[in-house]
Amino acid sequence: MSTSSDSAALPTRGWYKRNEIAITPWLFLAPGVLFFFIYVIAPIYQSFSLSLYDWNGLGDIETNGTYVGMENYNKLFGLNGERADRNFNISLWNNLKWLLLYLLAIPGGLFIALFLNQTVRGIRIYKSLFFFPFVISQVVVGLVFSWFYLPNDGLFSIMLGWFGLEIRGGVLGNPTAATYGIIAAGLWPQTAYCMILYLTGLNAVDPEQVEAARLDGAKGRKMLWYVIIPQLKPATFIAFVVTIIGALRSFDLVSIMTGGGPFGSTRVLSFYVFEKSLSERGLQYGYAAAIAVVLFLIMLVFISYFLWSMYQDEKEAR
Amino acid sequence: MFPTPVQKSSRAVQISYQTLLPFALILWLLPLIAVMIFSIKPDVDFTNGNYWGMPSSFELFNNYGRVFFESDMPRYLLNSVMITVPTVIGTVALACMTGFALGVYKFKGNLLIFFMFIAGNFVPFQILMVPVRDLTVDMGLYNTKTGLVLFHIAFQTGFATLFMRNFIRALPFPLIEAARVEGVAEWRIFLYVVLPLMKPAIAAMAVLIFTFIWNDYFWAVVLTQGPESQPVTAGITSFNAQYRAAYHLMSAGSIVAALPPVAMFFLMQKHFIAGLTLGAVK
Repeated sequence: MSTSSDSAALPTRGWYKRNEIAITPWLFLAPGVLFFFIYVIAPIYQSFSLSLYDWNGLGDIETNGTYVGMENYNKLFGLNGERADRNFNISLWNNLKWLLLYLLAIPGGLFIALFLNQTVRGIRIYKSLFFFPFVISQVVVGLVFSWFYLPNDGLFSIMLGWFGLEIRGGVLGNPTAATYGIIAAGLWPQTAYCMILYLTGLNAVDPEQVEAARLDGAKGRKMLWYVIIPQLKPATFIAFVVTIIGALRSFDLVSIMTGGGPFGSTRVLSFYVFEKSLSERGLQYGYAAAIAVVLFLIMLVFISYFLWSMYQDEKEAR
Repeated sequence: MFPTPVQKSSRAVQISYQTLLPFALILWLLPLIAVMIFSIKPDVDFTNGNYWGMPSSFELFNNYGRVFFESDMPRYLLNSVMITVPTVIGTVALACMTGFALGVYKFKGNLLIFFMFIAGNFVPFQILMVPVRDLTVDMGLYNTKTGLVLFHIAFQTGFATLFMRNFIRALPFPLIEAARVEGVAEWRIFLYVVLPLMKPAIAAMAVLIFTFIWNDYFWAVVLTQGPESQPVTAGITSFNAQYRAAYHLMSAGSIVAALPPVAMFFLMQKHFIAGLTLGAVK
């Protein structure tokens, strides 16, 4: 019965049917890849070439822009007899501060996760409420913290006052303190994110290993360091990835809380790119693109590392 | 379980843990609690310098009423919905397809395309900014919700593909092979075998992308301006410019802007966390 229908179907099996398994994935990929190519891959290339031009964003780059080669980069780094851009320097240093201090979210998250990893009544509500800051938009976090930091009337200044301390101009009005104030605001949701990663990780820790280690007399800090943290490695990796990316994407908070001020002391690269192109003080599109390329290259170091470790996992999985 | 459950400790430890919990929580959420208190205070409290004391009168309805009826806030909220919902639908649709292609089939370039999606997802926004803005202007979509939606779909597809592909790889492959032996067409396998199994992944992805897009600020500023098309994150800044130093209204506005993703989180908590912690456990 089946043989007859098979032989009848054979001659009509078209080219598509014969190559179905080879073609189908490409058909399914086409719309996604196309979209992604137009909006993400191609713009990266375009920004690279834009960074070699001097262009004020008006008209077409071919007619209204001038090709200047590496001139924009020379200006950034002070090469070839140009004076180094001080604001770029500040942004770069601030980005470094962001990167290093943002990593505090990882141990911070682990600490809160360990504190909350219990089974008392109502603990689920506590866990969700601790996670709360991550769900809120960074714009709102920025606003909330800028009120928290208000000079004189802000809760933070009042609390400092209890210890007889005062930050001149308020946290965000003080060129030395402002960047740290913004980073602290960013750490709040980021720590919440790391916490939820570790809570999930702790849930999956092998109870038998913990019991075995307990029988061997391990406890407290030793247990944490030698038994628990090694098992949390996947969570730590993800926490590391999202924290690095978060640190380098720090645009929203800077823009909302200080707008780069006071005296440009809180600029970071992502904000400086925006300032040099789309803000009123900007319209130097080629120059802005060069800054963006530098930021991209910094990120590329991390992206390569992430992809490399994911590739190792893939090889194991095969 | 680590750390040792408090139930196994002495009564004193248990009680101190139980009392420590609410204190820690209040401390953790202090900035937020402050804003909530701000939002129910009357105007005079701020002019009199009573920032952190008891509200001199209870103005919850008054303040939120003004946010809803005397400002552009409802419009911004509506814009946000009209940007977020199509983005979620578009991204999930595209990512189900790319995830299926990359998760089920072995072909040359599979891993390469997969890694392209991941890498693109990590790229700093600023390197895309000028070209994407020019492209949007050229298509006549600058300052439209459509322009924003198209970009968001494209960008979020990277992250969503990573998620969907890994989810599909964890599905039992013999199921697909059995369908193939039966002679089921590949697109039908997608539609009737794989897609129904992806429901939890779709739910997780949908809530996550909803939150990401609702909270987006950078692209809203780059690709739109004004109340016709700006979402609430960008709108809140002009709202604040309008009510400069009117802290009671600004905080009420902020809370309104933050509420939808918060509600989403509490309603879909399980999926939300499943999406965020993808890969945190092996």
